[in-house]
Amino acid sequence: MHVNLRVWRQAGPKADGGFEEYSVDDVSPDMSFLELFDVLNEQLLADGVEPVAFDHDCREGICGSCSMMINGQAHGPEKGTATCQLHMRKFEDGANITVEPWRARSFPIVKDLAVNRSALDRIIESGGFITVPTGSASEANLTLIPKDVADWAMDAAACIGCGACVAACPNGAAQLFTAAKVSHLNILPQGQPERYERVVAMVDTMEEYFGSCTLHRECEAACPKEISIDFIAMMNRDYVKAQFKNRRLSAQR
Amino acid sequence: MTIQEVSTASQKAGADDADRLAKDTGAPVPQKKQRGAPWPVHFWRSAIGKKWVMAVTGIMLLGFVLVHMIGNLKVFLSAKEVDQYGEWLRTILEPALPRTVFLWILRVGLIGAFFLHITSAYQLTRMNHAARPVKYKGGRNYVAADFASRTMRWTGIIIGLFLIYHLADLTWGTLNPHFVRGAPYENMVQSFNKWYIAAIYIVANIALGIHIFHGAWAMFQSLGLNNPSYNRARRYFATGFAALITIGNVSIPIAVLTGAVS
Repeated sequence: MHVNLRVWRQAGPKADGGFEEYSVDDVSPDMSFLELFDVLNEQLLADGVEPVAFDHDCREGICGSCSMMINGQAHGPEKGTATCQLHMRKFEDGANITVEPWRARSFPIVKDLAVNRSALDRIIESGGFITVPTGSASEANLTLIPKDVADWAMDAAACIGCGACVAACPNGAAQLFTAAKVSHLNILPQGQPERYERVVAMVDTMEEYFGSCTLHRECEAACPKEISIDFIAMMNRDYVKAQFKNRRLSAQR
Repeated sequence: MTIQEVSTASQKAGADDADRLAKDTGAPVPQKKQRGAPWPVHFWRSAIGKKWVMAVTGIMLLGFVLVHMIGNLKVFLSAKEVDQYGEWLRTILEPALPRTVFLWILRVGLIGAFFLHITSAYQLTRMNHAARPVKYKGGRNYVAADFASRTMRWTGIIIGLFLIYHLADLTWGTLNPHFVRGAPYENMVQSFNKWYIAAIYIVANIALGIHIFHGAWAMFQSLGLNNPSYNRARRYFATGFAALITIGNVSIPIAVLTGAVS
């Protein structure tokens, strides 16, 4: 296979960036999109050009490191896949592919295609955990959780924090990320004691960095874990409830 | 949560790689935090609060356009029915309240709903533009966002401008040379007999239909009304409501233009 790449090159956070065109030959259809960039970088090194900086780690779709806007879509055209799991067979021979970094005020560009996503960490720090001393795992049947609940919590917990929802959102909003991180705790018994503090803290932190939701559903379509926007509705409801909730009575059943 | 300070204090001082990175990139910089406000203020300041206000005021406005359309469809009965209905609006709750007082209560509520709806939309738009100051240079390929969701701002502005014209045409009569106070049927027919005025009404009502198509679905999400047992019905509701309002309202200028109502 042969592909023509248009890649965003930017020397540093404050430098001016622009697209550079590269032509890559001998691309195997079985390569992942990241392996295409490995081949490109080998080629650039041989030509004495600075290789393209891009984020990657596990290359098996679970770490959330890879972050490329491929032909105007976060993680490319394939549904439910991260860039590392996108294979070149999904493109035609001789395809023209434009690759750009995630763009949002709170995702500043580090270099080329690598962006700083630590704003997502600030959201987690503000409440994406349960405050219990950790130790050995408790007895599995101590807290009974219906199967539907466990499955639904797992659907939210599948979030790998890649930021594709922010990248895909026309408003640069992080609602899907935050909703997933709020919900996977808020729908389980272990998350109940801090349910309302959590949602308020995480939403307020989110809004310091990101935009607001206008229900375009682009996040859901871009998410490599196909997380549902139903979680956003749950987060909205909990945020509204938190305004009125008498938390002194929150241990009542 | 108290443990948060213990576990992240050192990180916030710049101890982890991400924060060292942030020093180099100069951002992410959070928006200024405003703390310690009473809960209604805190709620209004949050984007989720504003979306909730948009949904609630949106429901009020949906109620208004529905009742307004039902009232207007009386043109298909007779001129007398319309004029009687217009007179009845002024006399609701008489004699408990003086004449037109209840109508004014409704109007003030409606003006308040419009004001909050538009203010929220404006402030959220500002927030969203600020969240992505540098646009995608290579273009975007939208896969889920539909025409209605992406044009809410523009259909909203069209409806707002139309509303001002509509009031000047058929409520105040300032832009209507044939206006006679208290004769709504005759005023309506006089206006719609001119094809260009009828066209304004038709275009504006199509914009309203598109706005409702997205808004009447999205409001459920904003209010957190999400349940697998009725999620599918939300889409049907929004589509049906949008179609009903558009067809109902557009039928009136078309009926006048074609001579079915005169």
